[in-house]
Amino acid sequence: MTHVHTGTTALGRPLEDLIACPSCDALYVARVPETGGRAVCDRCHTVLIAPKRRAGLRIIALTLAVLILVIAAVFFPFLEIHRLGLGNRASLIDTATAFSSGPMALLGLGTLAMIVVLPLIRMLLILYVLTPVVFDRAPWPQARRLFRWSQQLKPWAMAEIFAIGCAVALVKVSDLAQIGFGPAFWMFSVLVVIVLFNDNYLCTWSVWKSLETPRD
Amino acid sequence: MVGMEIAGNTPRLTAREAGLVACRSCARVWTPDHARCGRCGARLQSRDPGSLQRVWAWWIAGLTCYVPANLYPMLITDTLLHESANTIVGGAVEIASHGSYGIAAIILIASVLIPVGKFLAIAFLAITARHGSRVDPGKRQHLYEIVEFIGRWSMIDVFVVAILSALVQLSSVASIHPGSAALTFALSVIFTMLSAQSFDSRLIWDDVRARRIAARHRKDVSA
Ligand SMILES: [Zn+2]
Ligand SMILES: [Zn+2]
Repeated sequence: MTHVHTGTTALGRPLEDLIACPSCDALYVARVPETGGRAVCDRCHTVLIAPKRRAGLRIIALTLAVLILVIAAVFFPFLEIHRLGLGNRASLIDTATAFSSGPMALLGLGTLAMIVVLPLIRMLLILYVLTPVVFDRAPWPQARRLFRWSQQLKPWAMAEIFAIGCAVALVKVSDLAQIGFGPAFWMFSVLVVIVLFNDNYLCTWSVWKSLETPRD
Repeated sequence: MVGMEIAGNTPRLTAREAGLVACRSCARVWTPDHARCGRCGARLQSRDPGSLQRVWAWWIAGLTCYVPANLYPMLITDTLLHESANTIVGGAVEIASHGSYGIAAIILIASVLIPVGKFLAIAFLAITARHGSRVDPGKRQHLYEIVEFIGRWSMIDVFVVAILSALVQLSSVASIHPGSAALTFALSVIFTMLSAQSFDSRLIWDDVRARRIAARHRKDVSA
């Protein structure tokens, strides 16, 4: 076991004991708070460390649930509409392909990415990174790079915004036609709640710490 | 909540003042000879020198797209009786005229108030990061967090257009099509998100320290 570049600083502490606030650059000696507690930067109040009890297992369970829900939501109709004997149903794929002509097709691709593809990729990356960690195995190859990517994807995965968009759309056409919810709508609603819970459990610093195995 | 033990004996030290480079992706610190973080692989920069230029470039791109997004129709509705093309504000006004004031307010807040507020907030942060400000850095940091959090929610309007266009396709009775503003509005939201992400929030805090040191220096000189 060799340590790569772990010189001590002028502070007399090894570098791996330190943590710098990503928002304001304040330097601290990392001290893990008790489970359920939070260590915050006392200059800008960014949460630095927030370990949760059995977070890894919970995140894996919730992430699996999300994966199943997203895949199911793609194939079931999402919303239904009826007027004057005419009816139509729309699935998630229909929604993304609504922008089909010319430059609007780009928007369709973007929409599909933000409501299905990116949330899905992000979930897969998190599963890949956390599964070996939770079962006390060595991280799988490229785990650290993939976890960084999963964090960068976070603002672009917009499933929950899409779900609220459905509610707005319903009110907008309520005077035009009758609206019904398809099974996928309810699946997506559950999914949104899970996504919000899941991000709350994920303490990125703890994950980074567990991925930080000395290189042999 | 647990406070963190401050590294070193000085009241407060930044990674930069300690002669270190912090990784903004995983919070690990390194000696300045590292170009990339050895833990997560992110590129390391004590302060991102191109940060403000990129903020302004995306900001201008976002604003350029936001103007046509308001001039051209977002939604085109065909019914048996008439065809109507609504801009963002026009759509909100029409919904309000049907009595749904709450929804009209949500649309106006999401697609007018929030985008305009974002442009102003990012400009304010970028200008004050460069020239300094009397506004407390804690408050500016808070403003930045609000901009980052809220920015993506502006996409809701684009999704509503997509949902309506997919759903309301009842041959001649009623059909809805996306207008060209849907594309420019989406681009405007994306560019504004990139602008906010380009901002290195550590600049908010550096500025304060630089001026405090300068002030102390002036006091020493005059004493
Ligand atoms: Zn901080
Ligand atoms: Zn890193």
